[in-house]
Amino acid sequence: MPDLLLELFSEEIPARMQAKAAEDLRRMVTGRLVAEGLVYDGAKAFATPRRLALTVHGIPARQSDLKEERKGPRVGGPDAAIQGFLKATGLASLDDAKIQRDPKKGDFYIALIEKPGRPTLDVLAEIIPLIVRTFPWPKSMRWGERSAKSSALQWVRPLHAITATFGIDTEEPEVVPFELSGINSGQTTYGHRFMAPAPIAVRRFADYEAKLFDAKVVLDPQRRRDIILADARTLAQAQNYELVEDHVLLDEVAGLVEWPVVLMGSFDAEFLSIPGDVIRATIRNNQKCFVVNDPATGRLTNKFILTANIEASDGGAAIIAGNERVIRARLSDAKFFYEADLKTKLEDRLPKFDNIVFHEKLGSQGERIARIVRLAAEIAPLIGADVEKTKRAATLCKADLLTEVVGEFPELQGLMGKYYALAQGEDASVAAASEEHYKPQGPADRVPIDPVSIAVALADKIDTLVGFWAIDEKPTGSKDPYALRRAALGVIRLIVDSGHRVRLGDIVLDALLPFRVVEVRREAAENNDLWDKLNERLDMRELRLRDRWNDYINAKGGIILEREQGIALALRGDLLSFFADRLKVQLREQGARHDLVDAVFSLGGQDDLLMVVRRVEALAAFLATDDGKNLLAGVKRAANILRIEEKKDARSYDGAPDQSLYSEAAESALAYMIIVVKQDASAAVAREDFAAAMSAMAKLRPAVDEFFDHVKVNDDDPAVRENRLKLLNEIREATRAVADFSKIQD
Amino acid sequence: MPPHMRPERSFQGLILTLQRFWADYGCVILQPYDMEVGAGTFHPATTLRALGPKPWRAAYVQPSRRPKDGRYGENPNRLQHYYQFQVIIKPSPPDLQDLYLKSLAAIGVDAALHDIRFVEDDWESPTLGAWGLGWECWCDGMEVSQFTYFQQVAGVECAPVAGELTYGLERLAMYVQGIDRVYDLNFNGRDGADKVTYGDVFLQAEKEYSKHNFEHSDAEMLFAQFAMAETACQKYLEAGWKDGKREWHLMALPAYDQCIKASHVFNLLDARGVISVTERQSYIGRVRDLAKACGEAWLHTDAGGAA
Repeated sequence: MPDLLLELFSEEIPARMQAKAAEDLRRMVTGRLVAEGLVYDGAKAFATPRRLALTVHGIPARQSDLKEERKGPRVGGPDAAIQGFLKATGLASLDDAKIQRDPKKGDFYIALIEKPGRPTLDVLAEIIPLIVRTFPWPKSMRWGERSAKSSALQWVRPLHAITATFGIDTEEPEVVPFELSGINSGQTTYGHRFMAPAPIAVRRFADYEAKLFDAKVVLDPQRRRDIILADARTLAQAQNYELVEDHVLLDEVAGLVEWPVVLMGSFDAEFLSIPGDVIRATIRNNQKCFVVNDPATGRLTNKFILTANIEASDGGAAIIAGNERVIRARLSDAKFFYEADLKTKLEDRLPKFDNIVFHEKLGSQGERIARIVRLAAEIAPLIGADVEKTKRAATLCKADLLTEVVGEFPELQGLMGKYYALAQGEDASVAAASEEHYKPQGPADRVPIDPVSIAVALADKIDTLVGFWAIDEKPTGSKDPYALRRAALGVIRLIVDSGHRVRLGDIVLDALLPFRVVEVRREAAENNDLWDKLNERLDMRELRLRDRWNDYINAKGGIILEREQGIALALRGDLLSFFADRLKVQLREQGARHDLVDAVFSLGGQDDLLMVVRRVEALAAFLATDDGKNLLAGVKRAANILRIEEKKDARSYDGAPDQSLYSEAAESALAYMIIVVKQDASAAVAREDFAAAMSAMAKLRPAVDEFFDHVKVNDDDPAVRENRLKLLNEIREATRAVADFSKIQD
Repeated sequence: MPPHMRPERSFQGLILTLQRFWADYGCVILQPYDMEVGAGTFHPATTLRALGPKPWRAAYVQPSRRPKDGRYGENPNRLQHYYQFQVIIKPSPPDLQDLYLKSLAAIGVDAALHDIRFVEDDWESPTLGAWGLGWECWCDGMEVSQFTYFQQVAGVECAPVAGELTYGLERLAMYVQGIDRVYDLNFNGRDGADKVTYGDVFLQAEKEYSKHNFEHSDAEMLFAQFAMAETACQKYLEAGWKDGKREWHLMALPAYDQCIKASHVFNLLDARGVISVTERQSYIGRVRDLAKACGEAWLHTDAGGAA
């Protein structure tokens, strides 16, 4: 079967867009082919700085013919129905329709629609221009004379040529004929911009890729990556060094060249006094070069590896010399910045934060840092962090944002803070928090271990979450501009991974206070005394005034307090359920059952995330045993009966059963076991020994089984029936000591 | 070519070579605009001529002032006053990249010896309400030019699109002369006692202007000048509409001069550190509003293509 070769040849495509563009091209073309009934064998797309290419092989030469019978109105039906039928089927008149006899319901018309399949070449000539016109570049542009009209073709950069051939590999393929904004499809492409710029005639993918290679273009980005990586490693190893591998950089560099030529240069060793990360950021971000480690010292050496796009006539000497000069200038800037930064103490930078807006509704960076300091100090004792160190760490943790190096290389935020903090003699924990408090940045990122870092990290993230909740800027659907989901997941991991016990709900209320204070202060501005009293006595965590409502505070204070309580409770509830959702996602990704998370959260008041996780784990382990499965079945059976009967009787059967009404042995045995299990399970839960709580729960299982085997719930005596239903309810209640079993899926 | 005119040994030789190259292509070779601007793009030959349907080809040197980039003459690469060589061609020709590479060859950058690359760089000027797509052009890892296809200028869609090339002349000259410190550039291509360096011409100016820009510029006067330029620009724009009808404009260019003025005064205020972060955005927005109104006026003039 025939193959398609498609190449879109343009001016330089941004490196970061190439991979997705190749994938989009493959997806769009193959998707349209399938939609046109053309099922293909395989497809592969490629990108270089100057071209997107696609090969699709094994496409049928033409579409198959379509035959379809469509039922119409009855013979002699209303004219409107008949006209509609003719229009829908494209028949010229009823003479073209068949009549289907139906003695029972009456005869009706049938249209036989035959759609002959089209040659694939024609289909391609139709769909390719459409795909080019609707291609989803992140940003596209107009160019040249045609850009005077708004209908001009848009592409990522000016598009110069389109190769599109279709045919079987034993014959000369045909050009897929179309014209797009002045570009006629053909079979001519071009080689390397400098080394082989002449036109190249191509027939199909095999000779296309080979001829490009001869013309100094490596089509496959993976192959370019492999070449760069292998050559870079070899160059480094030849001098007993090792390449500092960097896959993001490798991808980018592979997108900047069609013919990778890897070269090594060096810089003055005096620059090695700059921290290695700064050297790396300078060389990597500005020059797209790799750095090199000396395994003997474990530190960077004064070498770098560049990837040129040309086999230069002097073997690369001028290219190396040129890059060395640029890198020298860059490093001397970086050294200057670094040394200048060291001259100012971190705390001396803080006043500037008062003039930097964090968010228009959430005040300045200065205010935000003050909130983080306060909140971190509240969290510190809960997780065993030194309060004074935590306060110091929180005070300094953002200061490096105002340094020259971070201004130049924003990705070094935190890390530079650590260096500068150490350089000015801060405690190691305090310094580390500058870097660590941003963690974890995502599901794969590390969680800090030092309690000081954890306290600051929690305060930073919770302040962000509570702040945006307070101004009602929550994530919706795919929109999460402030990365609040990531912050919430960070909070969860900080707590759960470090195994700390905290009541998240209390911290949320604590964090909310400064945001509400601004509001309340504004309202109470006319009455300073009112404000002072409120501020002094309002205990956000307990949501109450610390002592008796002072006569001095007038009715207005009471109204404000009541309203604030409402706002605080609503926000806490809402934010906790957001955490619950994130936890569910997190556990699900780790393979845990999300229904078990629901079963635990459904108990209410679960804001100790570590305990939630422990409980879910114990529950999962229990449900994997026979006892667990059977007990779940028994509890569900009880719940089902109850649901049906409660609905029938329009009442609920809660309340204690009357033990004088037990007539069967299995009944009193169950009642006894429920009491025992409830006690044991609750005691175990109180000890936070969830495994023991589950084992206690397991003891209920034989009694439940016995009960259902020997006792008829719907007894003829209504009093006995009611009592037995109450007993069933007791089963349900007993299991709530560990989880809400009704949320668990079978 | 006499040795003192060769681009690889003479700063002025490099400029003259570029002018000659683009003159041969059919550009009008303009002289620098006679006002302080932050970049060659501000010259009305680019900003305004990029708007409207009429073809346009021009090239010129533009002294550019970036008060904040001054380093008292102590940094080998940073200057508060430097030269840009600007080429603007509307509509953008299909072979603009090739033309650019040929211009590099003309000043001695051999594409067989050097690694020339087009690296993504989307250009945006918030003060001009302009953006375009293109690249930084790299030579052996050094950014030597900006290459932009204008998509929008002064808030107006470019139809047709103009191609803009901006050569950083000092950098390029440092590259071809093999010099690491800008002040060491050979300006006139002579040797010995006849040699004039870039430092001979500009070092004193860099020191003086850095002192002025960072420490002594009269902020009060500048704030007043900004307000005056803004008001004047609006006044000229208003008065320029022929017969008071918004069909034909008679003073787009004088109005735009005031927009340029406001922009430069803002840059001076910014360098002086007297504009807060929030105010900064608002000042940029005010200049942009002027630029947009000037662009709108320009489209109602003859050169702007009004019928």
